[in-house]
Amino acid sequence: MIEFKNVKKKYDNGYEALKNINLECSEGEITALIGPSGCGKTTLMKLINRLHNPTSGTITIAGKDTSSIDPIELRRKIGYVIQHVGLFPHMNIGRNVATVPKLLKWDKERTRKRVDELLEMVSLDPETYRDRFPSELSGGQQQRIGVIRALAVEPSIILMDEPFSALDPISREQLQDELIRLQRDIKKTIVFVTHDMDEALKIADKIALMKDGEIVQYGSPEEILRRPANDFVKEFIGEKRLEVYQDTPTIRQVMVNNPVTIYPHRGLAESLKRMEGKKVDSLIVVDERDHLLGYVTVFDVLKEYDNEAIKVKDLMHSFEYKVESHMLLPEAIQQMHERKASYLPVVDESGVLEGLLTRGSIVGYIGKEYDGEVEGVL
Amino acid sequence: MHDYGYFSVFIERMPDLLDKLYEHLIIVVIAIILGCIVAIPLGVYLAKTSIRWIRSLIFNIVNIFQTIPSLALLAMIAPLLGYNFKTAVVALFLYSLMPILKNTFAGFDSIDEEIIESANGMGFGSMERIIKVELPLALPYIMSGVRITTVYIISWAVLAGLIGAGGLGELILAALSLNDNPLVIAAAVMAMVLALISDFVLRLIEKLSTRRGQTAKQ
Ligand SMILES: Nc1ncnc2c1ncn2[C@@H]1O[C@H](COP(=O)(O)OP(=O)(O)O)[C@@H](O)[C@H]1O
Ligand SMILES: [Mg+2]
Repeated sequence: MIEFKNVKKKYDNGYEALKNINLECSEGEITALIGPSGCGKTTLMKLINRLHNPTSGTITIAGKDTSSIDPIELRRKIGYVIQHVGLFPHMNIGRNVATVPKLLKWDKERTRKRVDELLEMVSLDPETYRDRFPSELSGGQQQRIGVIRALAVEPSIILMDEPFSALDPISREQLQDELIRLQRDIKKTIVFVTHDMDEALKIADKIALMKDGEIVQYGSPEEILRRPANDFVKEFIGEKRLEVYQDTPTIRQVMVNNPVTIYPHRGLAESLKRMEGKKVDSLIVVDERDHLLGYVTVFDVLKEYDNEAIKVKDLMHSFEYKVESHMLLPEAIQQMHERKASYLPVVDESGVLEGLLTRGSIVGYIGKEYDGEVEGVL
Repeated sequence: MHDYGYFSVFIERMPDLLDKLYEHLIIVVIAIILGCIVAIPLGVYLAKTSIRWIRSLIFNIVNIFQTIPSLALLAMIAPLLGYNFKTAVVALFLYSLMPILKNTFAGFDSIDEEIIESANGMGFGSMERIIKVELPLALPYIMSGVRITTVYIISWAVLAGLIGAGGLGELILAALSLNDNPLVIAAAVMAMVLALISDFVLRLIEKLSTRRGQTAKQ
């Protein structure tokens, strides 16, 4: 976790670029810094790896004050991607990606393996691309290299300063999608500077909206869209986007709040009784603290019914896909459709079961709220 | 009196010609090496320093040497260091400074801010960055400065003969006093050939120092 406490930054020329910043960037999340040009996003980001030092206040990483860490050492542990890529034109792709491993004196074999692995991660064939030079790659490919170069030594923190803004819209979308996919696996703490609201909404877990060296609003994309703090935020988000998001229901409004659950150590007779009683064909398995574990179906239970030794946990399947309650309904419906799921479990951040999104609950909601305007929602 | 023509002189006087060519080359090489040792680090410093007045001061000083006519420069240094090899090397060294300095400065100055920023962000120390990232990028510029200087200095070194520093100039001077026209021409041709060959070789090195990726701008 990166934490800013009462951070101020005054440049040597007297310009006060940051005024009393307090911010937490959570572990494993993408925090987007967004705001108009000159509002201090880059300055804020560069305080993290000490490319700038704060005039006052402290910045801590995992509880450690960065001012006590040698800046060069710190920077080698933090990935860094900038807008104009900054690939070294005199080095081929392999050497570019191997920059930080080399600075950290990794041995040749380990470095080579890692470079190939990284190239494959962004679908660039190592054999083809390793020996090419940056000028021989497209803008999108160059930026992919910029991103994997920052990942080379598996830093837990990555800083990205408008990494995709110089790309054409199609490559930009592609790279955003790739970043989201990548982040699902690598779970880094990413600080992502952008001035594009769509980009922030698409990729960020948390958004810090800045203006004139201050954070005007901080929260999840959902929170910012639903409860813009003031007119500046509203204007920045744009009327059109606000309309779309504020009228669109989230899963929370639609889901079934008390799904039928069972504990994993219970027997099959009890399971069947519950299913009969509640008229459902499967039960959601949770532990004593309501953490979602999986589900059992009536078919599984009937098949093994005669065997008294078998417990729910022996027949349990786990869910491939779960959703959080702030997801917008259209997206959830699309996910259900793509995954051919008849229902989706809704969990909170810590994995506690909050409800179930079922086909029945969706139809019920649409019928109630929209009364013949169904197409408008989908 | 001599008994050779404009062609046979190369055969008859080859030992002398090669001897003086060798002296000539040594004067030039030492002057250039000294020039590089001083001008390259100085150029890097000037490109990196944020103190403006130091930059213009040094450029002005070095420029002054450039504007002194070569003969005058020799005449100024000779009383201090003697009429010898040393004087010639020092004078030529002073001449070599400006082109190498200028090109080194230009080379480092041409590097994109983004490249330096991304190097800093990834954790290069400043020395490490200058040597591993910036120097290779500036090298084609520096090499082109070295090449241009070398070619000039080869011809200026002929004047070193005037102060008895040796080299092809000395041979030309001696031949002139003996009215040995074929030898005058032969020595001049040697200097010319030396300049052409140096130019060719240094151009080659320049090309090799421009890596594949560098030619096309990103
Ligand atoms: N090195 C510097 N010296 C003085 N002022 C600076 C420096 N870097 C940035 N600034 C100023 O600080 C403000 C914030 O800059 P920056 O953080 O780059 O903004 P953003 O990334 O949000 O566009 C701008 O007004 C900019 O002019
Ligand atoms: Mg910026």
